[in-house]
Amino acid sequence: MISAAVGSAGHRRRINWRRWRLLAIGGFLVAIVVFCAVFANFVAPYSPYDLDVASMLQGPSAAHWLGTDEVGRDELSRAIFAARISVEVALVAVGVGLIGGTIIGIFAAYFGGWIDLALMRLMELLFSFPAILLAVILMASLGTSILNAMLSIGIIFIPGFSRLARAATNDVLRQQYIDAARTIGMGDARIMMREILPNVVTPLLVEAAVAFAYAVLLESALSFLGLGAQPPEPSWGNMLNTGRGFMGQAPWLGIVPGMAMFLCVLGFNLLGDGLRDAFDPHLRE
Amino acid sequence: MVRTHRRKDRPPSLAIDRLRVEIATRRGLARVIDDVSLEVWPGEIVGVIGESGSGKTMTALSLLGLMPRRAKIAAGEIKLGGEVITHLPDAARRRLRGSRVAFIPQDALRALNPVLRVDLQVGEPANIHRQTPWDQAKARAVELLRAVHLKDPEQRAREYPHQFSGGMQQRAMIAMGLALEPELLIADEPTTALDVTVQAQVLKLLREIRDSHGTAILFITHDLGVIAELCDWVYVMYAGAVLEQGPVERLFAHPAHPYTQMLLRATPTVRTVQSELLSIPGQIPQPFELPAGCRFADRCPHRFEHCASEPPHLQVEAEHTARCWLLTESITAATAVAAS
Repeated sequence: MISAAVGSAGHRRRINWRRWRLLAIGGFLVAIVVFCAVFANFVAPYSPYDLDVASMLQGPSAAHWLGTDEVGRDELSRAIFAARISVEVALVAVGVGLIGGTIIGIFAAYFGGWIDLALMRLMELLFSFPAILLAVILMASLGTSILNAMLSIGIIFIPGFSRLARAATNDVLRQQYIDAARTIGMGDARIMMREILPNVVTPLLVEAAVAFAYAVLLESALSFLGLGAQPPEPSWGNMLNTGRGFMGQAPWLGIVPGMAMFLCVLGFNLLGDGLRDAFDPHLRE
Repeated sequence: MVRTHRRKDRPPSLAIDRLRVEIATRRGLARVIDDVSLEVWPGEIVGVIGESGSGKTMTALSLLGLMPRRAKIAAGEIKLGGEVITHLPDAARRRLRGSRVAFIPQDALRALNPVLRVDLQVGEPANIHRQTPWDQAKARAVELLRAVHLKDPEQRAREYPHQFSGGMQQRAMIAMGLALEPELLIADEPTTALDVTVQAQVLKLLREIRDSHGTAILFITHDLGVIAELCDWVYVMYAGAVLEQGPVERLFAHPAHPYTQMLLRATPTVRTVQSELLSIPGQIPQPFELPAGCRFADRCPHRFEHCASEPPHLQVEAEHTARCWLLTESITAATAVAAS
C-alpha cells in the first residue's frame, strides 16, 4: 500500500520534469527570438540596410560573424531584424485568428441551431483550402503588403480556433453554473463574457502558441514568394529566396535564415507542447 | 413550534393557478405539469415534495421562465406578487430573476463559476439589475456573506469556490440569492448534497431569512423530515400533479391520500422500529403515457372502480385537500351513489 503510493509519487515527479523540460527549452528559444525582435537596434552589430559593396558575399569572419550578402549587408543583423518582422506578423495574425475564432466559436455553440450550422459550414469552407494557397489568394485580392500578410494569415487561423472554442463552449454549456447564471438574470452577452470565456481560454492559449510557429512559417513562405515583406525590408523568407541564387558561392545566405526559422519554429512548437502537457488533466496523474 | 398562519393582507408572493406544461417528445405530448395550483404567501415556507420526475423542479423552472426550449405553458396562470407573469417576454422575465425571484440550486459547487472569485459572483446580481459599480458590489458581497454567517467574510470573499466547504458554498449561493432582497426564494433541494449537521445549519439559516426579511420560500425536496422541520405548508406532487396539500401539521397528522400515507410510512424514523425498509412498489408513470383516471391507481393498495376517472381536490378538513375518491367513500358514500 505504502510502496504503491511512493511509486506513484515518483512517477508523477518524472512526468513533471518532462513537462518542465519542454517548456524550458521552448521558452528559452522563444525568449531569444522575442528578445532579438524587441531589441534588434541594440543587439544587431550593423544596420540591416547599409550597403557595403566592397565586402559583398564574404564568408563568416570576425567583422561579420555570419558573413555578408550580395550587396555587402551584414547577414547576422539582417537575420536579427527579420525576427522583428516575423514576430510582429505572427503576433497580429495569431491575434486576429484567436479573437475572430473565439468569437465565432462561442457564438456558434451558444446560439446553436442554424447559426451554428451556418458559421461552422463557413469555417469548413475556409478549412478546405490548403493554407498557403488560401494565403496567396487572399494576398492577391488584398494586395501585397505586410499588413495584408498579417491579415490573411490571421484569417487562415480563424477556423481552427473557432472549432476549438466551439467544442470547449459546448462543454461549458453543460455545466450547472451556466443555468445558475440564468437564474440570477444574466443576459446572453454577459454569460458569454463572464461565464464562458474565462472557462474556455486555456486550450485556446495553448493552441495560440502552436499557431505562432505556423504563422512564422507562413509569413516566411509568403515573403519567399515575394508577397510578404518587401525588399529591402529583411525577412527570413526573402533572405532565403536571395540565398537560393548563391547556393554554390555563399551557402551561408541560405543557411542563416533557414536556421533562424528552424530555431524559432522549434521554440514555439516546444512551448506549445509544453503548455498543452502542463494543462492536460490526463497527464497530471 | 409555532407556525405562522397565512397573512392574507397582502397578495400572495406566488400564485400558480391550474398550470399545465407540455413538452412535445418523439413519443407524444408529455404533460409534465398537469393542473397544478400552488400558493406561497409572504413570510411563508412552502414545501413541495415528490419523487424524481414528479414535476417539482419543472414547476420552479416554469415560474422562472427557464423551462427547456420544447416545453411550453399550455394553460393556467402564474402570478408573482399579484402580477401575472405567465407569458411575459424573455427580457422582462430575465429582469425578474435574481431581483424578485431567487433560485438556490441543489449542488452549490457546480452552480458557482470555478474561475471567478466568490465576491464577484455574490455581487453579480446587484451589478446586473442595479448597475452597481463593481467596488460597491464587492463590498456588498462581503456584507451578504456576513449575513449568512460565513466566518471571515472579508478574506473568504477573495477566495475561489473550490476553497469553500460544501456548507460554505451553499451559504454563498444563499447570499447571492438574497442580494437584492427578493420577495420569493426558490430552494431546489438545497440540502441534499450536504452532511446532516451542515444541513441543519442551512435550514436554520433559511428560517432566519424568512423571519428577518419576511421572504416567502418555496422549498423543493424529497425529504419528508425536512418538510416537517421547516415548512408551514406542503404540496405533495406525483407525476406532474398535486395529490394532496395543506398545512404541514394537519397533513402529517391526517394524511388522506394513499400516496402520502405510503410516503410517510416509507420514511424511516427512530421511533418506529422497522424490520425492513418500506418502499412503494411500482414506478411513477411516464408523462406521455399517463393513465386516464387517478395517476397513482397502478401503485395504490386501495384501488377501486372509481379510480378509473380522475378525482378532483376533495376537502379533508379546513384548508387540507387531497385528490382521492376514498374521501367521498368514507364521508358521503350515499351521495356518490346517488350522483351516479
